[in-house]
Amino acid sequence: MPLSNVTVIDPHIHMSSRTTYDYLIMREWGIVAVIEPSFWLGQPRTNAGSFQDYFSSLVGWERFRASQFGIQHYCTIGLNPKEANNEPLAEQVMELLPLYACKEGVVAIGEIGYDDMTEAEDRYFRQQLQLAKELDLLVTIHTPHRNKKAGTRRSMDRCIELGLDPARVIIDHNNEETVDEVLARGFWAAFTIYPMTKMGNARMVEVVKQYGCDRIMIDSSADWGISDPLAVPKTAQLMLEEGIPAAQVRAVCYGNALAAYSQSGQMQEADWLDPAAVDPNHLFNGNSVLRGQEPNMQSIRDRMLIE
Amino acid sequence: MSAAINRSVSLSSAVELLQHWLSSHLSPSQWVWFQEQQTQIAQGAPLRRFFAAFSAVPRFTGKATVEMPAHEQQQASVVCEGWEPQWWSLDQMGRTLLLLSLPHDNPATYGRSLDPLFTAADVRELVALYQALPLLPYPEQHRARAAEGIRSNMTPVFNAIALHNPYPARYFDEGAWNQLVLKAMFVGSPLHLIWGLDHRANPTLAQMSIDYVHERWAAHRTITPEIWRLVGRFAGADLRADLDRALHDADPVQRSAAAIACSQSPAAEIRSLLNHDPDLQRALQEGRLTWHHLTHDQHHVE
Repeated sequence: MPLSNVTVIDPHIHMSSRTTYDYLIMREWGIVAVIEPSFWLGQPRTNAGSFQDYFSSLVGWERFRASQFGIQHYCTIGLNPKEANNEPLAEQVMELLPLYACKEGVVAIGEIGYDDMTEAEDRYFRQQLQLAKELDLLVTIHTPHRNKKAGTRRSMDRCIELGLDPARVIIDHNNEETVDEVLARGFWAAFTIYPMTKMGNARMVEVVKQYGCDRIMIDSSADWGISDPLAVPKTAQLMLEEGIPAAQVRAVCYGNALAAYSQSGQMQEADWLDPAAVDPNHLFNGNSVLRGQEPNMQSIRDRMLIE
Repeated sequence: MSAAINRSVSLSSAVELLQHWLSSHLSPSQWVWFQEQQTQIAQGAPLRRFFAAFSAVPRFTGKATVEMPAHEQQQASVVCEGWEPQWWSLDQMGRTLLLLSLPHDNPATYGRSLDPLFTAADVRELVALYQALPLLPYPEQHRARAAEGIRSNMTPVFNAIALHNPYPARYFDEGAWNQLVLKAMFVGSPLHLIWGLDHRANPTLAQMSIDYVHERWAAHRTITPEIWRLVGRFAGADLRADLDRALHDADPVQRSAAAIACSQSPAAEIRSLLNHDPDLQRALQEGRLTWHHLTHDQHHVE
């Protein structure tokens, strides 16, 4: 169970791969909002319809599912770098993007960037940066697992070449090797706390001790792999235990993600502080006597008896 | 379908009302944007432009619900019986105005233009689309879409069709209608907000409802007291034990609802159950206990 009442945002998590139980414990650990970037499904899609249904679920069902657990759900729309390599399919997906890029709760074009740094990846990365610029949207960039430092640098180069403002671009999956340049060039630096392959949270504590909290945020990127949807609140606690000032912890685990992504106009604190004000379910005012019981979600967790 | 339901809608009057509400709540520059979109769309701009404008509406209107004076609500119900725009947000009004601006000389073309809109819609767009159905040209074209929306797991989407919306009562066949009402109970939506509820009541739905009551009782779960509204007019003597049980429920709202149902039954055996509860009987006789009272914050008779 959480040790302190820290309110956090996880600005990169693939909830479509997670269970309702995750939503339940995430809320208990203080996560009030999540951003789900479009990505691949662990295996390549074979047709554009799969992309369309996926995008529709991000702006529809998944957003609604999260709200049932008191978590606000946002997403980014984009063609991920891996699947950019299937060019005939990529062409069709590029035609779908404008249909979704301006939907409610879409905070950026993403996650886009490089995987192998092929020519095809480069082409669709550029096209999507162009689209973001035309539609005045933010960008979330996935930096590659392999050849990360060069891939990160080239991603930033492309943004600058195409005239994007670094203050409107979030570079994700940073590590100790990339952070200097990302911050120096004026971009947002996100760190992914993900076992084995990305950042560990003890390392993250050291990064914050060294760099402070300016333009730094953390996320879980939890998906269908061995990953932890509580990575952000757990890291927040570790930071507090390690003596990082509470204001810095709040910036890295909440405030900076909000500051960066609220530039989209699609995400604001009021969404979770005053959810009724923007409730799409405004067709009636709750009548508790007649509406029936709200599900008792606690019972899923703590009771042996399932009623 | 009963001839008593009036399906006629004056499109031009609907457009005028929407324009009036939007122009009086938007800033001049927002309204200029709107008029420009409307003109372009009406003049046959590429569909791409229509889709983009439809998506972008909340960025120009915000999402507030407007205060609507009674006489304007009245005007709306003259334009389209059952239209209740007092529940609408400004973005919904804006989106509906754009939908009504789309050229609609050809029913097939008009239908095809709406397909991509439904297919790629986010939650709020679906709410706007489904609430707009009764106002659209060729409304009968959208039966299958609306029935699909009823299957949605997203309660705001379901409610957009089921509640404050005359479309289902006008265009659903009995099977689809009964599913809608049953699902409303299942997801906890108030039945009295379903337009045409009493008008479309039928014996099949009454039987489905009593089956549902039995299922809930067997599971020791609560039922909405409104379920008895679906049962009463069709309650024969065979429901005596069920209604007797409901009349003795621990919850006074259940008892009141069961009492109204008994009073509406064609069977003397059912109506006579009320003889055991003079208080409820008197409330019924004096007109203090009706479905309206029960669902508008006077939940039970003390």
